[in-house]
Amino acid sequence: MTAAIELIGITKRFPGVIANDDVNLTVEKGEIHAICGENGAGKSTLMKILYGMQPADEGRMLVNGEEVNFSTPNDAIDRGIGMVHQHFMLADQLTVLENIILGAEPTNGGVIKFKEAEAHLAKVAADYGLTIDPNDMIESLEVGERQRVEIIKVLYRGAEILILDEPTAVLVPQEVEALFDNMRELKAAGSTIIFIDHKLDEVLEISDSITVLRHGKTVASMPNEGVTAHDLAELMVGSELPTPETSESTVTSTVALDVREVTVADEDGRNVVENINFQIHKGEILGIAGVEGNGQSELIDAIIGTADIRQGAMSLLGTDISNMSVRKRRELGIAYVPEDRHVEGLMLDAPLWENAALGHQTQSPYGSRWLINRDGARTQTELIKEEFDVRTPNIDVSAHALSGGNQQKLIIGRELTSNPSLLIAAHPTRGIDVGAQAAVWEQIRTARANGLATLLISADLDELIGLSDTIVVMLRGRLVARLAPEDVTPRDLGAYMTGAATQNSDEAA
Amino acid sequence: MRKLLFALAAPVGAFVLTIIISSIALWMFGSNPFSAYGDMLGHAAKLETQVDILNRATPLYISAVAAAIGFRMNLFNIGVEGQYLFAFLIAAQVGSLVVLPQVFHILLIMTVAVLVGAAYAGIAGVLKVTRGVNEVISTIMLNAIAITGLIALLQQRWQADQENFTSTTLGTNPIPESGLIPNINGIVEIFTRDIGQGKQLTGMLIVAILVGLAYHFLLTRMRFGFDLRASGANPFAARAGGIPPKRMVVAAMVLSGAAAGLIGLVELNEKAKFSPNPIKGLGFAGIAVALLGRNNPGGMVFAALLFAFLDVSAGILQNTQAATKEIVNIMQGIVLLVAVIAYGVTARIQSREEAKATAEALRATEGMEVAT
Repeated sequence: MTAAIELIGITKRFPGVIANDDVNLTVEKGEIHAICGENGAGKSTLMKILYGMQPADEGRMLVNGEEVNFSTPNDAIDRGIGMVHQHFMLADQLTVLENIILGAEPTNGGVIKFKEAEAHLAKVAADYGLTIDPNDMIESLEVGERQRVEIIKVLYRGAEILILDEPTAVLVPQEVEALFDNMRELKAAGSTIIFIDHKLDEVLEISDSITVLRHGKTVASMPNEGVTAHDLAELMVGSELPTPETSESTVTSTVALDVREVTVADEDGRNVVENINFQIHKGEILGIAGVEGNGQSELIDAIIGTADIRQGAMSLLGTDISNMSVRKRRELGIAYVPEDRHVEGLMLDAPLWENAALGHQTQSPYGSRWLINRDGARTQTELIKEEFDVRTPNIDVSAHALSGGNQQKLIIGRELTSNPSLLIAAHPTRGIDVGAQAAVWEQIRTARANGLATLLISADLDELIGLSDTIVVMLRGRLVARLAPEDVTPRDLGAYMTGAATQNSDEAA
Repeated sequence: MRKLLFALAAPVGAFVLTIIISSIALWMFGSNPFSAYGDMLGHAAKLETQVDILNRATPLYISAVAAAIGFRMNLFNIGVEGQYLFAFLIAAQVGSLVVLPQVFHILLIMTVAVLVGAAYAGIAGVLKVTRGVNEVISTIMLNAIAITGLIALLQQRWQADQENFTSTTLGTNPIPESGLIPNINGIVEIFTRDIGQGKQLTGMLIVAILVGLAYHFLLTRMRFGFDLRASGANPFAARAGGIPPKRMVVAAMVLSGAAAGLIGLVELNEKAKFSPNPIKGLGFAGIAVALLGRNNPGGMVFAALLFAFLDVSAGILQNTQAATKEIVNIMQGIVLLVAVIAYGVTARIQSREEAKATAEALRATEGMEVAT
């Protein structure tokens, strides 16, 4: 029997990174095939190539045994491939039926044939065992129902191979169960499903086969038999990298950041961070481990002040910062390395020296309350360039002209030279080359020795274990475990992160 | 050298294209493009026409600065039109009520105009941050409220000599001599001959130059200007960098409106009153000038002069019958469209070149491979 999808030797390069490096993937007909890997492992890129959103640089693709070459998603749809994106693409003010036919409306002389569309939709829904009221407004639906609309939309267009991009990321546990029931129905009706996820318990529950990607390469592809979450965690994280050396403790008894019973709600009013307590001392690095989307980003937002807290209090070196403006907090000494340097870190079209000033423009040497000190800012940027080894011909080039690693070194440099008392570093080495990675680690370690308190969030578990003095694990908005990095392996961490292992709550608190 | 080449490529390219397309348009209207251009340039060479051009460019430039302040952080203040007309009326009325020593009288009128413009624009800013109303919608509506509502109403109430007014007394009470900025013919005449035909070069030209310098200083030297540009360049990074997004929106709108308030003073100084039919459209023209000048204090000088030259040429073409005066509007439209496209294209090329040059410079200095 020919495979539904066969990808052979797919390679995709972006400036500075190889997203997919000779990736092979075989998905049999009628199976649920999970693709897992850490963020940045190349899962999304691979799926974008398969769905025709990006061309591969090298490699071949076979769909049902025929060689294909997609240049747009429409080509993929014609071949029966449909994709359900992580972020829904639905019009809130339209009904379910209107959304489903949107872009492929059956018409008769310009008039939409709603009756016919509704009949067809009813047939599709019945065939696949999915229930939905075609006349509901999208805005009135729960998240799980909206996702079902997205799935039906793809099926309505005749897709036999479905790509679900992290479908559980937005769902609460009950909704995940419902989704899995739907997926089983689809499989029974003959569909093939490719399912991207990094929550291992879910992968093990629903998939028939599993492919693991790491650093853009396929590291394993196997049937889901006798595989454990620990095995998968190890495959995802890898153990071949040398652990960043743990040096002797520099933790002092002075509390820098004190977070007490902090709760943060998202836009919909759901608590995404719930009742969190921790302290970071001067000279201490506290690592937060967790699968992305478990409240880490929201916790960071609350600490730097871009999100409000619903309950609790935070103080920095004894000063209450719970209701301070972002600027006051930064002036007080909170340094921030954001998780995506292109979103919260840099002004890509502005010269390097202006980027170095960003976040510190009210303070010497960059400026004051009223004025920008151009000479001071430029001198300081030159200093960062030298000290943090930012490879650039000069400090007047735009930030976008630098490689990712050098952009990151600039950000680390601007934050660490601002004489901070607390550093919040989110994925500080994501997407940068090995040389830059080692440099960033070294800088963080030096700052720690000088008494800096650091909150480190990383998906790279080796980095987390190697740098942290203490590791806490965050799952569904709560701290569920507190571990000493000396006696924990990436494998153990993976188990706590996915909920496969638990610690009693007294220890975690 | 390359940088200069890039900076010039877009405007020169846009200019050449505009001339070509305009010539085709002229030819289609049955006019001779060469004689039309000849008439336009011939007149522009005269001192009196140059005074006209500067008088027109002055409010255009101030208006462009007002629009550019908003554009710098991706705020579209479409309300400059209503802000300047409303500020014009209030300033004219307040100025007519008092007699003060000249410096104070002028400063009072300017302050009133600036405050009214700022306050009126501020409404849109506050609506945006408190109620999420898009500033384009609110400023368009505020334009309507100002022009067809407030101004129409107040203008009647403040009409000089309510009983029997004639066409010459239409408008608010005239401002006493002490409230008017004198013309600056004298300064120009030092360098040239006497300005004839009773033309007067507006003293507001000096104010416009000061506004341009202040705008330049704000953008390049002041922390607020840095915050403004950062908010426009990357609002997320700006927020994480401690720049309060809501306060910036209100501040930018208020500042934009403050500049807008000065626009009407050019006409006020010329006529000494708010007449029922003030020069309209300067607010919208300023948006075009800001776009053409790329929100740059220097670039907008050229853009304002170009638009003013074309505006003044309209009258000349009508007199000489070389072409219909509407061709001028067509040319303004074409130059804007072509320039925006040309800027977009060169910006893209430039950004690619910069990345390449940076990578090459590194390879050369370090003899090592830069991440590819």
